[in-house]
Amino acid sequence: MSRTLHTFKGGVHPPEHKAESNARPVHAAPLPRKLVIPLRQHIGNPAKPVVSVGERVLKGQLIGAADGYISAAVHASSSGTITAIGPALVPHASGLPDDCITIETDGLDEWITRTPLDYRALDPSELRMRLRDLGLAGLGGAAFPSAVKLDPGARHDCPTLILNGGECEPWITCDDVLMRQHADDILQGVAVMRHLLGSTEVIVGIEDNKPEAIAAMQAAAAKMDFATEVVAVPTIYPAGGAKQMVQTLTGKEVPSGKLSTDIGIQVFNVGTAYALARAVHRGEPLISRLVTVTGHVLRPQNVEALIGTPMQALIDVAGDRDGTTGVLMGGPMMGVPITNTGVPVIKATNCVLVKSRELFPPLPRALPCIRCTRCADACPAELQPQELFRFAKAGDFGRAQEYHLFDCIECGCCSYVCPSHIPLVDFYRYAKSEIWAREKEKRASDLARERHDFRQFRLEREKKEKAEKLAAKAKVKRAELAAAPAAEGAAAPSDADAKKALIAAALARAQAKKAEVAPKNVDHLPPEAQREIEEIEARRAKIREIAHQPLETDDKK
Amino acid sequence: MPSPFILDRTSVTQVMAWVLAALLPGIAVYVWLFGPGILITLTLATATALAAEAAMLKMRGYPAKPFLTDLSAIVTAWLLALSLPALAPWWLIVTGTLFAIVVAKHLYGGLGQNIFNPAMVGYAVLIVSFPVQMTQWPGPLSLTDAPLTLAQSASVIFGGIPQATLDAVTMATPLDALRTGLLQQYTVDEIMTQPIFGYYGGIGFEWLAGAFLLGGLLLWALRIISWQVPLAFLAGIWLAAGFLHFFDAGRFGAPWFHLFSPAVMLGAFFIATDPVSGATTPRGKLVFGFGAGLLTIIIRTWGGYPDGVAFAILLMNLSVPLIDAWTQPRIYGEARRRDKEPPA
Repeated sequence: MSRTLHTFKGGVHPPEHKAESNARPVHAAPLPRKLVIPLRQHIGNPAKPVVSVGERVLKGQLIGAADGYISAAVHASSSGTITAIGPALVPHASGLPDDCITIETDGLDEWITRTPLDYRALDPSELRMRLRDLGLAGLGGAAFPSAVKLDPGARHDCPTLILNGGECEPWITCDDVLMRQHADDILQGVAVMRHLLGSTEVIVGIEDNKPEAIAAMQAAAAKMDFATEVVAVPTIYPAGGAKQMVQTLTGKEVPSGKLSTDIGIQVFNVGTAYALARAVHRGEPLISRLVTVTGHVLRPQNVEALIGTPMQALIDVAGDRDGTTGVLMGGPMMGVPITNTGVPVIKATNCVLVKSRELFPPLPRALPCIRCTRCADACPAELQPQELFRFAKAGDFGRAQEYHLFDCIECGCCSYVCPSHIPLVDFYRYAKSEIWAREKEKRASDLARERHDFRQFRLEREKKEKAEKLAAKAKVKRAELAAAPAAEGAAAPSDADAKKALIAAALARAQAKKAEVAPKNVDHLPPEAQREIEEIEARRAKIREIAHQPLETDDKK
Repeated sequence: MPSPFILDRTSVTQVMAWVLAALLPGIAVYVWLFGPGILITLTLATATALAAEAAMLKMRGYPAKPFLTDLSAIVTAWLLALSLPALAPWWLIVTGTLFAIVVAKHLYGGLGQNIFNPAMVGYAVLIVSFPVQMTQWPGPLSLTDAPLTLAQSASVIFGGIPQATLDAVTMATPLDALRTGLLQQYTVDEIMTQPIFGYYGGIGFEWLAGAFLLGGLLLWALRIISWQVPLAFLAGIWLAAGFLHFFDAGRFGAPWFHLFSPAVMLGAFFIATDPVSGATTPRGKLVFGFGAGLLTIIIRTWGGYPDGVAFAILLMNLSVPLIDAWTQPRIYGEARRRDKEPPA
């Protein structure tokens, strides 16, 4: 291990809590009676359903097709019947329902025909489209469509491929266990990635609190026909953040607002590599993943779960306990609270963490910021969190942006160390969403203004065109008028005469027009109707007269 | 509740408690070398601060418990008490503490909102308003014939002691002695022969400074304060004093003399490091500390007051928004060369 490691600034080291779940053998979660498969499990466009209610589907069958380039397909995780397509509860911070396909399983778990891909023979862009249709998305948490990340883009190659086995969040051990058990398969997936990206250097970064995983990966790497460097990196949260992993292993920083591919580096989670290997070599779409079920449960462990399995089923496998105070999807630093444990496991679900009062005591009351800058010392993005907090709180979003709000990776280190217990990350999320909302509003109003401006311009133009047309017409008329007397041999008419003639002509035209538009329904009336009208008119005149002198009549009385 | 769901164990109370603990060596040395009078001053300031804090919290509609137990009011009280003469009359201490807590802290918005260090505001108000009472420093015990007991100190502080007796127990501080001597056209070397002067600073005073230094190093070791502010502050003092001393050793005190005064050590490690009123960026902390050190020497040398630490720190407090804006550090992934305007 000759690689010189670099350190990133900041970071924290919370209690790891890995030993609870990484020692037990991995079991498959029981097949649930109902699978709820969200169409939006990845970043980008949600998948479009290609099945209908009542249809029977097989395990691995495409049920939602990728919509556009940045998208990924979704598949039936088991065989059964489609019972619903529509909104259902999903694991998301908002707690709002999203479009899902619900399958009632038949217990047969009957596969479609699976065809392995010969990745070397396929055209790279064709291969990427196949992977997109196999539903591959990053399993590290962000669930970015893998096919997009496997496109080296304009650079045509990506010399460095980093496999991220950091798994720095406390409690989570699914990547650890996966590396211990499937190191060979992971590297098979890496071979495909290398092929697509044209990488010449492969580095696997694993936190040094996972010695078994490091040993397994090293043993597997020795068997491969390409060089893979398995590197132990110091255990410090967030060492498993992509940017931090890049910096630790290469000493390079991903430029602000750019991607790691811009500096010739691509980073994948180990779980993604494993899923890729299964997709390519066995033709299996991404329909299951390893999930750590830990925290306040009887038997914390890792479970192989089908996508769409309700989280409660996983908690039941691990042993539900009394005194649960909540459930998180993900780790304690960046996880999403789950309000209903009936929500399904999705591609991004790396952990189901059950909380209790003892393990996760309620957060103490927040005090004012004392500007101690512990947050700045802990920030791996090297921001000034205390200033961002001040601006976000004051609603000074412009200033927050100037202080690089959007470089915040929401890792939670600042909140973790804050002696005033301020939920800092929450303020940043709030500021970001406000800025997005305002930009959206601004775009909408810009568009409206543009439309309005264009309408004004169009009206102006039409008016001008009309005026020009009229002027041209007038010129022709004047010429005619001028020509007529000349032909008669009379004295050349003055300009004023011509104008007068023009006006007279126009007047005549106008009168003719007026006569045309005058009401026509009283023209040729039969005598009775004429009489009736006269009577009505007379009554009206009488009323008008009475209305004019009511006071006089009063006086007379 | 959003992420993260776990917290480090530190709290504001803990930070403040460590600051108080780090002041204990200094207080012990104070009692040992200057008599027990300081204990009365500390108690009086603490009681006043807590009462004022509680009253202000109630008036502002804040819950009393979380803010009283954050100990920040006690830190302010202790820092002010340690800056005041230990035999100053009781009303001086009460006035100073009240001003610090009520005006400098709560009228600016309470914990975390004050732009000036409250203890230093209290001190500045007192030295401007009551310069005579601010000279009632007890002399070092080794130079005093009859050291005051706790009861005697109390009777001095709470009045009832005639001016003549007071003159017998109080003494000019080394800084006062230097200032007076220089005004009387003595050279620094001649002044330094007076009994009040010890190895580096004044007799007793230098040990007190050492005890504050010790407490400060403890805070640094615990990472409660950063190294930038104290180091830059001491460097500012040393360089400015050394520069003047180098050019005219007869008219300007030696840099070690300035460095080993209790006010400087207290200022460098406990007051200039106040996070609320200080600079927050790493480079900003260096600028803040150095500026405060430099100004301290300038005020000590040419100013009208016996010491300059308080005014120096208050002046630097004023500059913090500017310093912070101009010293924003490079962030992860930002281009190394920055020639753009700072986000002021």
